[in-house]
Amino acid sequence: MAQVELKKVIKRFGSTEVVHGVDLFIEDDEFIVLVGPSGCGKSTVLRMIAGLESISSGEICINGQSVNEVAPKDRNVAMVFQNYALYPHMSVYENIAFSLKMAKESKSQIKDKVQQAAEILELTPYLQRKPAELSGGQRQRVAMGRAIVRQPAVFLFDEPLSNLDAQLRTQMRMELKKLHLKMKTTTIYVTHDQIEAMTLADRIVILKDGYIQQIGSPIELFERPVNRFVARFIGNPPTNIIPASLHKHDGRTSVRMGTLSLPVVSPPAGADSQQVLVGIRPDIIKTGDGLHSLPDEWQVQAEVIVSEVLGGQSLLEFSAGGTTMIAELEGRVQARPGEMITLGFDLSRLLFFDPRTEEAIY
Amino acid sequence: MRLRLSFTTVALYGVLALLALGYLLPAYLTIITALKLPADISLPQSWQLPPTLNYASFTDAFTLLRPNIVNSVILTVSATLLSTVLGSLNGYVFSKWKFPGSELIFTLFLFGMFIPYQVILIPLFQTLRAMNLYGGLPGLILAHVVYGLPITTLIFRNFYAQIPDALMESASLDGAGFFRTYTRIIFPLSIPGFVVTSLWQFTQIWNEFLWGICLTRHTSYPITVGLAQLAGGQAVSWNLPMAGSILAALPVLLIYIVLGRYFIRGLLAGSVKE
Repeated sequence: MAQVELKKVIKRFGSTEVVHGVDLFIEDDEFIVLVGPSGCGKSTVLRMIAGLESISSGEICINGQSVNEVAPKDRNVAMVFQNYALYPHMSVYENIAFSLKMAKESKSQIKDKVQQAAEILELTPYLQRKPAELSGGQRQRVAMGRAIVRQPAVFLFDEPLSNLDAQLRTQMRMELKKLHLKMKTTTIYVTHDQIEAMTLADRIVILKDGYIQQIGSPIELFERPVNRFVARFIGNPPTNIIPASLHKHDGRTSVRMGTLSLPVVSPPAGADSQQVLVGIRPDIIKTGDGLHSLPDEWQVQAEVIVSEVLGGQSLLEFSAGGTTMIAELEGRVQARPGEMITLGFDLSRLLFFDPRTEEAIY
Repeated sequence: MRLRLSFTTVALYGVLALLALGYLLPAYLTIITALKLPADISLPQSWQLPPTLNYASFTDAFTLLRPNIVNSVILTVSATLLSTVLGSLNGYVFSKWKFPGSELIFTLFLFGMFIPYQVILIPLFQTLRAMNLYGGLPGLILAHVVYGLPITTLIFRNFYAQIPDALMESASLDGAGFFRTYTRIIFPLSIPGFVVTSLWQFTQIWNEFLWGICLTRHTSYPITVGLAQLAGGQAVSWNLPMAGSILAALPVLLIYIVLGRYFIRGLLAGSVKE
């Protein structure tokens, strides 16, 4: 149960500034995901909250109290590290109990708490084993056990799933979500994986080069990205970004990409013939049954470049009017390269960006 | 082709056997001489096996060398223990608690390894005298502890560099400070490091002669000095110093036989990532 606030937090390593004035308010019990490409400063922010890195300027508050000068152990935070950082010479039980022992809790109290944590994480059969005798997923759970046993005010996760294989990662992601629903503890989670961000977060904080790009719920970020970077980063496959121009005629606006001209449903502000970047999410492109809900003038003929069937969905790279795009289509679309196919665009969901500043225009 | 290969192999093994023989000759000579009666020892017969076995040389040598052995055990055990523990703490600080200038201090530390110890003999003698430590075992122990620190520090620092920093950070979040992190986490993980370092120090200190003779008085002489005196008198009966040198070599030899595999493993630790 804690609120965490970052006020104009800056981090410098020597003379290089890596985090430039981050402002962030995290509510009680909120699940916040810091996401961004490597080197964006997300881990540094997390480590400053943990107290493992000093704060060059600004302030971090937990429950209204400044913790700038508070030692990591007195901040009442628990952290799960990317490589788990389990103590290799201790059994699972001793690993989980270590922080309680350091806090000089009584033997019986420690035993109760460790057993409770082990039960939540289904670790009871492994309590006497050493970390080396555990699988990756079990080690991951021990690391979480070490964090939850202290009942901290804030959980900090530093890319906890990145060392697991894809299947286990999906499973652990679900378990993390369930754990958060059960424990109701403020959680700050760092990842470079936008799927983890989308599925886990109450709110996502997108960072790039030490600047916050956007803070918002997963859907907000998906539907209304503030700039080209966010539009490309959130969503997989990434948004198609295409240079285009807007044309106004008789009170109607159309967008021209190469030789392709499409009507614009909710035109952004701007003059006639303005140059823009159009963002087309792969999932707004439809074919087959999906075409029924779209007007005829939202449909085009496209030439297939390559198609990939992913079970229930298909990825299609195609060319229309001289521009190449990727579509994520429902169902199995098996098309040969060079074949012509009718595709429709849900034009109400087009995104527009200023080609110079790359900011979104609404 | 096959013939040539086997010829090379035979030649190679022949050369190796010769070298091994040359290497073992002094040991052979030492053992047979130690087992001879004084009357049977003469230059023309020095390579012959003893006509009658005389085990008394060992008991006699042991009686003569007993005070020196006691001195050496006290000296070696305490100096090894101290220099290893201090080296471990130093290595812990230099690898995990770096502070501004710690790299420079560490580099200066390493210079100590390259100073031949004969060079510092006279200043060391004067220093110990000024500290009122000249002549006894405590002074010699101090000298060996200080002189051993660079190598023990280096071994432990490199050993600890392999322990991930996340372990330290995790411990600090768990509420362990400088000493508790050392005793609960770093120390239990560094047992192999302790074996390697103390083996090294034990061998160095047990076998050391020059400081032993220069920095102590008669009653505090270690075994190496005692052995030299056994051979130093007139009309030496050579079976005694030979038996004495076997006794003197025995502890180091035994330690290597028992712990040698840890030594190799420790030297190689970190060369391959697990």
